[in-house]
Amino acid sequence: MLELILTTWDALPEILQIVLKIVVIVVPIMLSVAYLTLAERKVIGYIQVRIGPNRVGPKGLLQPIADGLKLLMKEIIIPTNSNRYLFIAAPIIALAPALAAWAVIPFNAELLLSDLDAGLLYILALTSFGVYGIIIAGWASNSKYAFLGALRSAAQVVSYEIAMGFALVGVLLAAHSLNIRDIVEAQAGGVFHWFWLPLLPLFVVYFLAGVAETNRAPFDVAEGESEIVAGFHVEYSGMCFALFFLAEYANMILIAALTALMFLGGWYSPFPGLPVIGEPSIIWLFAKMSVFLFLFLWFRATFPRYRYDQIMRLGWKVFIPVTIVWLLVVAVAVLAELGPWFD
Amino acid sequence: MEIQPILFYVFSAILVVASLAVITVKNPVYAAFSLILAFFTCAALWILLEAEFLALTLILVYVGAVMVLFLFVVMMLDINISQLREGFARYLPVGLIVGFIIFAQMAVVLGPDTFGLDQIADPVKHAADYSNTKELGSVLYTVYVYPFEIAAVILLVAIIAAIALTLRRRPNVKQQNIDAQVRVTKEERVRMVKMTADKKDEMNQ
Repeated sequence: MLELILTTWDALPEILQIVLKIVVIVVPIMLSVAYLTLAERKVIGYIQVRIGPNRVGPKGLLQPIADGLKLLMKEIIIPTNSNRYLFIAAPIIALAPALAAWAVIPFNAELLLSDLDAGLLYILALTSFGVYGIIIAGWASNSKYAFLGALRSAAQVVSYEIAMGFALVGVLLAAHSLNIRDIVEAQAGGVFHWFWLPLLPLFVVYFLAGVAETNRAPFDVAEGESEIVAGFHVEYSGMCFALFFLAEYANMILIAALTALMFLGGWYSPFPGLPVIGEPSIIWLFAKMSVFLFLFLWFRATFPRYRYDQIMRLGWKVFIPVTIVWLLVVAVAVLAELGPWFD
Repeated sequence: MEIQPILFYVFSAILVVASLAVITVKNPVYAAFSLILAFFTCAALWILLEAEFLALTLILVYVGAVMVLFLFVVMMLDINISQLREGFARYLPVGLIVGFIIFAQMAVVLGPDTFGLDQIADPVKHAADYSNTKELGSVLYTVYVYPFEIAAVILLVAIIAAIALTLRRRPNVKQQNIDAQVRVTKEERVRMVKMTADKKDEMNQ
């Protein structure tokens, strides 16, 4: 049976093979996005001492399917004075980079779509492109609230991208590579060989900047439902609205994956040397990603929304100086060949 | 037929159309979007040239940051197009002269004498493990270190100049001290008052 599959696989034209590989990556991401929304409602529910959705299917497990169907059936309303084409294009532009970035994410040493040498740059370039979905949505809606949300989001993303970029410069200094697989392999070994320890400030800055970049609470001023209704997506309904949510959650999973790969040793086990659980495995990567995704949800349930000027202060006056100082520290540590990371 | 020439012509066509759109469309927001498309296709062409570092940096810097700020400004402008077009005929000769000078300069520098096929050898095809990021880095910090450092200093001067030009000192404005706000403790803000509880029947009187 396996041989049959392998021979038919080799017989397929190359382009079809690539398309199939993309499907194998995108479908689980979409499923994870669906169940991340359920997890979010459940986790926040339990944090607030209530049960959360439990009516559709056993224990509410079919809730995301029901939500998806509902959004598919809903009418897409296009406001009269909006810019039709850009209005429809905006959610697509928001989602496409969130999915395209997964092309260079390795799941273990062999399992990856594209072993791009400049993978880290590719990720940075694509994640910086995602903000256009929000800006275009805000402008094309021809609504004050949407426009305010778009402007806030543009300023916020540009500010945090710098801190995020500097944090990644630290990673590539430490790993001597832009290739994400090489970065993970530079961290081979147990917990104390991973980059989170020597790059601790960069690790914290990267994850928090990631939270800000995905417009999640407590940095979700682009939505800010208590001040500007729902920000950039106030005029959207039906599937167009759902695409923005798919993009947001796909970006959350992407940030969780990148943080796990670059600072927590990716697929390496925290207990090397032990039988079975000491083996590097994709399960470790998923476990680390889950921890970060839980943090996303925990933040949302715990912190009140940042005031806008304080977001800007945190980005420009705290994160960027911290990363610049720590870049110097990392550079000196690399030159000094400080073990066990840089020898 | 090979796929590379097809890709090249597709991207080039998009690039030319997008660049023309930047200067011809009426709506400034559309012009900015066309410029983004032009940058993007340009990056794609550079990737075909195996210059993936430059291509990704182009997207990261120009599409990801510069154009966001451009759009930020352009979207907030309320431009009256007909007013802008009024002086078209009057400024046309000056525009033509400037355009001609730019064209002549480019023809001199980029002409066949310097960039012709017989001047520059065919680019070498590199294997998949060739990293032009690494090559670029090693040349940038050895052979071209002075131009590189000078460019960095010029940029730094530009940053400081931009800040100095836009900084307005307004002495009589109240400002929040956010550090003090963040450091505030419960003891400074909350005063606990001890009161004897009122009895229920007393309140009902």
